[in-house]
Amino acid sequence: MDFITLIQVLDSTVRLATPLLLACLAGLYSERAGIFDIGLEGKMLMAAFFSAAVASVTGNVWLGLLAGIAASMLLSGLHGLASITFRGNQLISGVAINFLAAGLTVLIAQDWFKQGGRTPSLLTEGRFGPLTFPFADSVRDVPMFGPIYSELLSGHSILVYLAFLAVPATWWILYRTRFGLRLRAVGENPAAVDTAGVSVIGLRFAAVAICGLLCGIAGAYLATALQAGFVKDMTAGRGFIALAALIFAKWRPWQAMGACLLFGLLQAVALRFQNIELGSVTIPVQVMDALPYILTVVILAGFVGKAIPPRSGGEPYVKER
Amino acid sequence: MTAPAIELKGISKSFGPVQANKDISIRVAPGTIHGIIGENGAGKSTLMSILYGFYKADKGEIWINGNRTEIPDSQAAIAAGIGMVFQHFKLVENFTVLENIVLGAEDGGLLMPSLSKARKILKELAAEYELHVDPDKRIDEIGVGMQQRVEILKALYRQADILILDEPTGVLTPPEADQLFRILDRLRAEGKTIILITHKLREIMDATDTVSVMRRGQMTATVKTSETSPEHLAELMVGRKVLLRVDKVPAKPGKPIVEIEQLRVVDEAGVERLKGIDLTLRAGEIMGIAGVAGNGQSELLEVLGGMRSGEGVIRLNGVDLPLQGAGSDARARRAAHVAHVPEDRQSEGLIMGFHAWENVAFGYHHAPEYQKGLLMDNAVLRADTEAKMAKFDVRPPDPWLEAKSFSGGNQQKIVVAREIERNPELLLIGQPTRGVDIGAIEFIHKQIVALRDQGKAILLVSVELEEILSLADRVAVMFDGRIMGERAVDETDEKELGLMMAGVAGEVA
Repeated sequence: MDFITLIQVLDSTVRLATPLLLACLAGLYSERAGIFDIGLEGKMLMAAFFSAAVASVTGNVWLGLLAGIAASMLLSGLHGLASITFRGNQLISGVAINFLAAGLTVLIAQDWFKQGGRTPSLLTEGRFGPLTFPFADSVRDVPMFGPIYSELLSGHSILVYLAFLAVPATWWILYRTRFGLRLRAVGENPAAVDTAGVSVIGLRFAAVAICGLLCGIAGAYLATALQAGFVKDMTAGRGFIALAALIFAKWRPWQAMGACLLFGLLQAVALRFQNIELGSVTIPVQVMDALPYILTVVILAGFVGKAIPPRSGGEPYVKER
Repeated sequence: MTAPAIELKGISKSFGPVQANKDISIRVAPGTIHGIIGENGAGKSTLMSILYGFYKADKGEIWINGNRTEIPDSQAAIAAGIGMVFQHFKLVENFTVLENIVLGAEDGGLLMPSLSKARKILKELAAEYELHVDPDKRIDEIGVGMQQRVEILKALYRQADILILDEPTGVLTPPEADQLFRILDRLRAEGKTIILITHKLREIMDATDTVSVMRRGQMTATVKTSETSPEHLAELMVGRKVLLRVDKVPAKPGKPIVEIEQLRVVDEAGVERLKGIDLTLRAGEIMGIAGVAGNGQSELLEVLGGMRSGEGVIRLNGVDLPLQGAGSDARARRAAHVAHVPEDRQSEGLIMGFHAWENVAFGYHHAPEYQKGLLMDNAVLRADTEAKMAKFDVRPPDPWLEAKSFSGGNQQKIVVAREIERNPELLLIGQPTRGVDIGAIEFIHKQIVALRDQGKAILLVSVELEEILSLADRVAVMFDGRIMGERAVDETDEKELGLMMAGVAGEVA
């Protein structure tokens, strides 16, 4: 593999890791606060549809982004209502959200656009275009540095940079602010937070809202930056891979970035090398496409070690008598 | 005269049909230690939860330092200068001491300034009250005694003048408990008001200035501690005369029934929980195992009861019991006449959502008398349950009631009846009276002594040293998976046992 191919694979790694990273950080906020969320997938899908739909109708990608975030946060609110206010089962609520999003997006898309459950393809103004760094073009031909700067670092959409900036921001919020301390505490022992005079419900809703916000950006990125429009089930399990990455990272932000880049690399490799010839045997494209998912299982089963989730995760908080 | 630090006027609180607090009035003088004593379910915790803003009273008023105060939530309680140390600590285990103290009382959005300020104040508090802790240790790295100090410091950091402690000695060794009471004395000397909730009469007599007694949701009396006696308090708690000592004749130990040699247990996490136990249990003798919870007592019960595998030798009437693989399970143990009353009746002794008669079958559901062809003979089982309930005075005596509908004492009687009525050679009994009211304790103790007098061996594990001293004939103290020493009960005292519980080796008796 030559240098340029490597750079291209890494470049697409960054682009493919972005939605995973946003969703993974979304899950991190929620689960650190003690609310398990397997509905990341559904929230992303809903956001992908509404951002594409609004961007295609208005021609304004920023309005699309806002619509995607709003749709995702609405589902977050539903999850919060079910699992925080009504103390329902968080897994069931998450599954319900996934089903709801899978069905509703296609249904509304068909009703609005009549294109077989997809939105019209987005034109340039309906998408997030690449941001070109200063001098990216002039240094392009410098050996080594040139391709790294102008291919790998420059030329991504603004949401990619946002996603990677969210990593240090999350670390800082989690470990350097009052909100972060309380957020981590409420996922470990909500009773400690409650008796300290802080609202458990308020904290958990705040976490779920942040989760909705980030999932919304992730979904909008899928439909308006990575691709040009919404198609049925376009999240393709990314919400679940993000959850896997979250466990792999043991609910820590920097490690989450590492895990998401790893899963992104797997997807990039699968995209790039479709049919691999090994002597007389050809590895079919389906195997390559399935590879990221298979490796997800392998990594989770074998390489994670003991991942201890936040201690009160999944349990609704009830004051004991 | 100064106003009372706390005055409650006519507090009432119901949970559905259950009236937890009925028209309770109490005055607590500032700078005193005020005890509140009562049986489980008497309403002590409910009352304190109202004071700390966990529940809202249906009726009644709260006055703090002479001012009428509304306490709708914990925030308001903290603002009113009330601090609470719960029975189950409210600490975040993987946070440091400092982070736990700051949580909820931060100064601003950023953490660093709050933490360094807390570090400074913590130093001052440590000097003032002799409450030393390492602020950078994580909670799961320090012992329970230390954790309790962190809870007290949390309250002091929030400038509490009134400190409520709910059953504070339940998890402490006797020396740790003594240390706690010294700290409380010190706090009182500095002008703090302390409310001590407990069911242990001795602590009330030792530590408090005034004591209030609660029974069935009502405050039955408030007396000066110096003017009362344990017997009188017990009578006020239960509403009738009770025997505080277990009535029993001296044991007549017979032949060894169980011989345990070099018993080792390694748990799922690879930690060695039992590090070579040697113990002999004799016919007609109650062997008590004392120790702070978590020093291997549970594992000892479990390996004897067939719930866990181990290495070493356990001989029952001269026959080796398998400790691993086939024949080492609980069913095989029961077939070998080992009965087991587990430590946690709600998760291991009973299935809370099943009827009493179904619970009576557990572990013995293969018994021939319960079978009718391929089916179980439920009619026989129910009749058997009724007979056991009558004999053990289970109230209400209704086999169709679900286990969770019985009080703690009656649940325990169901388990004890199931196990004792099988006439076992060896009875394993863990925490027989945890969460059980005094009346039922008296009854359960009598049944255990009766089994002993039939010449059976009994292994009693309890974290209540008082219970072991009054019920057992011999006592072995466990610390860190080993037996620190063994004594005849009438040749030792709490002080010696307390030292052994803290890991100071006793001379081999």
